[in-house]
Amino acid sequence: MPDQSHVHQTVASVEQRVDAIQAAFDERGMKPGEFIEEFRHLAEEQWVPENGARVVAKAWTDPAFRQRLLANGREAVAELGLSMPAHHRHLVVLENTPTVHNVICCTLCSCTAFSIIGLPPDWYKDLEYRARVVRQSRTVLKEMGLDLPPEMEVRVWDTTADTRYMVLPLRPVETAGWSEEKLAKLVTKDSMIGVARL
Amino acid sequence: MDGMHDLGGKQGFGRVRYSLKAQTFHEPWEKRVNALYSLAVKLGIFNMDEYRHAIERMEPRHYLSASYYERSLTSLATLCVEKGIITHEELERRAHGAFPLSTPSAPGRANVAARQHFKPGDKVKVKTDHVPGHVRMPGYIRGKTGVVVSESPAYPFPDAHAHGVPADDEPTYDVRFSTEELWPNSADPAFVHVGVFQSYLERVT
Repeated sequence: MPDQSHVHQTVASVEQRVDAIQAAFDERGMKPGEFIEEFRHLAEEQWVPENGARVVAKAWTDPAFRQRLLANGREAVAELGLSMPAHHRHLVVLENTPTVHNVICCTLCSCTAFSIIGLPPDWYKDLEYRARVVRQSRTVLKEMGLDLPPEMEVRVWDTTADTRYMVLPLRPVETAGWSEEKLAKLVTKDSMIGVARL
Repeated sequence: MDGMHDLGGKQGFGRVRYSLKAQTFHEPWEKRVNALYSLAVKLGIFNMDEYRHAIERMEPRHYLSASYYERSLTSLATLCVEKGIITHEELERRAHGAFPLSTPSAPGRANVAARQHFKPGDKVKVKTDHVPGHVRMPGYIRGKTGVVVSESPAYPFPDAHAHGVPADDEPTYDVRFSTEELWPNSADPAFVHVGVFQSYLERVT
């Protein structure tokens, strides 16, 4: 008999591998099915960019809130009933101005303030964005449709710890007098990551 | 560890696959993986630093060719095996095929004993540490000089927390580096801000 232990097995598909773990968890009474449903609800209904959009619209219309938000993001978003996971101990809000543009990334993995700005888009987690945005910020942003003038200062924020960042976009000039609700509809996840200006 | 995951500043990658209103998940199994590793964290089987480190420990060719959620899956499975929750044999039997795991872990480390406290405006240098285990210092700032802009609350020290090594919580400092300092004559003009743990930093006088 040949030694079977060195025969290469075909790698199982990702679905088969997930099924394997889920079944093993299920057999151990860990109730994975229930938790998957709970997670689906959180991902689809709770961790959405509309949360951050409310924060931004409030900051645009309420100068005192804006100050509190810039001083302590986590406490300020809690005023709007928004929470962050316990291990995200700090939310730093980065204010864009006519002369400063902020953009966030995570070169080591994919960290984001997902409960506020929404779960990260596919491209944010891709090798291309992670490798390039710190070194070629202006080039990458231009490729993504945001052509910044050379005199604009660019600040890239690499999320290497459990501090979380969100960009406070510049309020468009044509929105004077708009309500918070109407303003919030303008604010996109991409603008809070900093790959778009409004 | 100087792993394949440490991508900041690596050259040769092409355009970002960007689309408006891009999705987070593309396949139903991706959401299940995300849920299952979140469940394992909630049940205390492993923490987020262990989770991140088990991704970093993937064999480099596997890391680069796997999708984001296949990396999550590999970390989840590796840690379940290492923690004695499930055996590798059981996983492969249930999956009806090979189930590649991450490579073994190297030792972690505790905080640096003589840590310095910094305030905004202080000029700091990132130590030239090379550690075999988990570390949250991206390679592109090693040995580089920057300016502290703010301090965070104290966090578990990842180099210890990913390895079950007892350690004090310590703050991170947001340190501002110019791209000219990081990649002289070889980067777009900008500032890069990195959350750097206190143990990784020393004062520049």
